[in-house]
Amino acid sequence: MPREMMYAEAMATAITEEMTRDSDVIFYGQNLGMTDRDPLVRKFGKNRVRITPISETAEMGIAVGAAMSGLRPVVELWMSEFMLVAMGQLLNEAPRLRYMSGGQVKVPLVFKAGYGFSAGWAGQHSNCIYHTMMGIPGLKVALPSSPADAKGLMTSAIRDNNPVMYLHHYMLMLDKGPVPEGEHVVPFGVAEIKRAGTDVTIVATGWMVSKSLAAAQILAKEGISSEVIDPRTIAPLDIETIVQSVKKTGHLVLVDQAPRHASVAAIIAGEVAEHGFHYLKAPAKMVTAMDTSVPYSEPLEKYILPNEEKIIKAVKSVLEKEQVK
Amino acid sequence: MRKRKQEKLSKDRLIWMYTQMLRIREFEERIKRTFVEHPGVIRGHTHLADGAEASIVGALATREKNDLAMPSYRCHGYPIVLGTSLNKMMAEIYGRKDGLCGGFGGSMHLCDPEHNFPGTSGIIGQAIAHATGAALAAQVKKTGQVIYCFFGDGASKQGAFYESLNMAAVWKLPIVYILENNQYQVYTHVSLEDANAVAGDPLSQKAGAFSIPGVTVDGTDVLKVYEVVGKAVKRARAGQGPSLIESKFYRFSAHGNAITVPPVPTQFPEHEAIETYGRKSEYAAARARDPILLFRKKLKSKKIFSEQAAKQIEESVRTELEATVQFALASPFPKPEEATKHVYA
Repeated sequence: MPREMMYAEAMATAITEEMTRDSDVIFYGQNLGMTDRDPLVRKFGKNRVRITPISETAEMGIAVGAAMSGLRPVVELWMSEFMLVAMGQLLNEAPRLRYMSGGQVKVPLVFKAGYGFSAGWAGQHSNCIYHTMMGIPGLKVALPSSPADAKGLMTSAIRDNNPVMYLHHYMLMLDKGPVPEGEHVVPFGVAEIKRAGTDVTIVATGWMVSKSLAAAQILAKEGISSEVIDPRTIAPLDIETIVQSVKKTGHLVLVDQAPRHASVAAIIAGEVAEHGFHYLKAPAKMVTAMDTSVPYSEPLEKYILPNEEKIIKAVKSVLEKEQVK
Repeated sequence: MRKRKQEKLSKDRLIWMYTQMLRIREFEERIKRTFVEHPGVIRGHTHLADGAEASIVGALATREKNDLAMPSYRCHGYPIVLGTSLNKMMAEIYGRKDGLCGGFGGSMHLCDPEHNFPGTSGIIGQAIAHATGAALAAQVKKTGQVIYCFFGDGASKQGAFYESLNMAAVWKLPIVYILENNQYQVYTHVSLEDANAVAGDPLSQKAGAFSIPGVTVDGTDVLKVYEVVGKAVKRARAGQGPSLIESKFYRFSAHGNAITVPPVPTQFPEHEAIETYGRKSEYAAARARDPILLFRKKLKSKKIFSEQAAKQIEESVRTELEATVQFALASPFPKPEEATKHVYA
């Protein structure tokens, strides 16, 4: 029987279970495990649950060294932008060391951070910067969109023998959903069809999955059948499932909270153009954030982000284009 | 308090130390010669350890079997002392299949975990954090290891240095930070870019920021380095936390081979002291204090070896390195399609 669980709780449960399962898993970051009353400190002790100063370069670099020396560190970085102060460790150290060593070392670690906080956090705490990571060979990137995936992807991330960026969406933290009881592992590189359909393929990640599902429900009332696909990990990226869906529907709408040229959407559009062009009955359409920083004021913020209305409009436009053709 | 007497080094151990210093020097000399004798064989950027021999050997002579050495990209000297195959090292630097890393890393990324040399970073300062992480692993897993973290004076101005030393001090990690002050950060003299140096203070003063011991040692004196590092290692192994040691010596070669664009051949230019700053006498004075010559003189005067025995050692090291170069030259290149291996574990 699955259990109703919040997204945030699902992630935490996976970390607790994996720390119980494997004593090499350690968990540290800023402002965590501050007192002896902390549940993780009580369960695992201060040797494995540690508080750090505000030192992202060291937090991430220490994880790299610890991972090379047999631990499986999970680093709580809170907000994805905080990693920008330690980009060298993220993009030029963790994913490179195995390759440069000719396969002699492995770097199993998880950098955990939230992203996309669309609640008035303005320009520096609300962004979707995963595009920067998804193209780095050696690094894996997970973007859970549901409590079940939040748990299953965290479990996979901790067990993976490579550096993993685990990015949780702040707008989903309180969402509830069913999570399978006991061990729940979501494999990397396997997209999930969140809703089956026949007329159009909508690919979305993170918070945009629920927006796309809501749009699909409205479209269904108008007789348009949408298939909603969530890649769940964007590195590795399951192009095959998307191309197979496009083969069936002939139409593709890509929804992404990132700005257009820094989006997963653009990467998928390129892959489908190469591997599924002949299945498309109309050009694909991208629904992304506008090319601005994220503004503070609510109407401004809403204006630049994708929403149900923009998704519906995009779906109708790709279907109309076919009729014109 | 009475000064604790230093553990006496055996005659064999002293000769071993001298031999390792020579092997480092000869290895680096053969790399320099390769640029001249076999242009194009070494690609990219190569950084040498000549001048650092006493500092490297004195430090690593204090280690126990499972202790790790984690330096920066100027990384040839350490694995030589740790027992890594010179053939594999040279083959790696020549980009060959028999290289330590199969030709995937090159000079800046030597890696030999089997010999307690877990890997290096080519980016200044970043490996200080990795070494600190290895020390965290040693503490969490209670392995009893001490981590030897080597980096240059330039790296001590990186954020990774401050952040790592702070965390190592907070957590009392088993690590010794060895700041190799070779006077020049790339092409810039330390007096132009280091606050302590500008004030006329030793760089070991930085330790004060973390409330840990900070000591400056003459890095051309292998026995002094051995003593000072030995104390810090003892402290680290006893769970008392990290120390910072400034080991002062002089880098004899330029920062690296000249950065040229193919097909222009590259080789080692004159040292920055001469090339950039016109300080010929400074360079000559440093060469006169060559750590290998100083140690040779000391060993001879203490009758550890005779002139003839010293010459024999020197000859055997030359022979070893000649064979190393021939091995590396004869080693085949890796198959191009192997380039897609090792991306993921």
